[in-house]
Amino acid sequence: MTLYNFLYYAILPILSLSIVLVFYRFLKGPGIVDRVIALDLLITIGIGIISVYSILTNQATFLDIAMILALIAFLGTVAFSYYLEKREKNG
Amino acid sequence: MVDILIMILSGIAALFILLAAIGLVRMPDFYLRVSVTTKAATLGIGMMLVGAAIYFAEVSVTSRVLAIIFFLLLTAPVAAHMIGRTSYFIGTELWKKTILDELKGQYVKDSHRLLSGEEAPGEELPPKEA
Repeated sequence: MTLYNFLYYAILPILSLSIVLVFYRFLKGPGIVDRVIALDLLITIGIGIISVYSILTNQATFLDIAMILALIAFLGTVAFSYYLEKREKNG
Repeated sequence: MVDILIMILSGIAALFILLAAIGLVRMPDFYLRVSVTTKAATLGIGMMLVGAAIYFAEVSVTSRVLAIIFFLLLTAPVAAHMIGRTSYFIGTELWKKTILDELKGQYVKDSHRLLSGEEAPGEELPPKEA
């Protein structure tokens, strides 16, 4: 079994299944904070998929996008928590 | 040989990420879900990125990977702490089998202040909320 086959037929399906499971939690909720951390984990799994894809296509440039996505995930979570705490109608 | 090393690293990482996803779905409480996402996903993504660095074996890629891992390790606890604090503040309920809530009554909702429980006698305390 070559590395490419392993990544194609084992790693990427597992990551896709994880994306589906997390997206189920993203849709279901129940609170808005659950959705925020589900979004955070979605972007984090996206970083993993990007790194696998950069191995498969032999293009190291994709890792730059992974860096920017990590930044956006942190920024989104912090901004959401800041404004959720500050808003008038809590609940 | 390098291929086998990358297979092992990415395999363990994928299992970690799958466990994090299952935990996010199955955990009964928001606070337990936060713990699942930060720990497992950070280690999983780190191992997967290390696999990519081993595959390319260039200085530029390795430095990029190290920057991403450092950034993730630095920001994941901060983000989890902030969202957990916010969720306690906006009143997300704990699991009904939770046996200890040390923050109960310590959070002053008006001033966003966190009491320690050991204030000085002369210190003016804001009214507690049950």
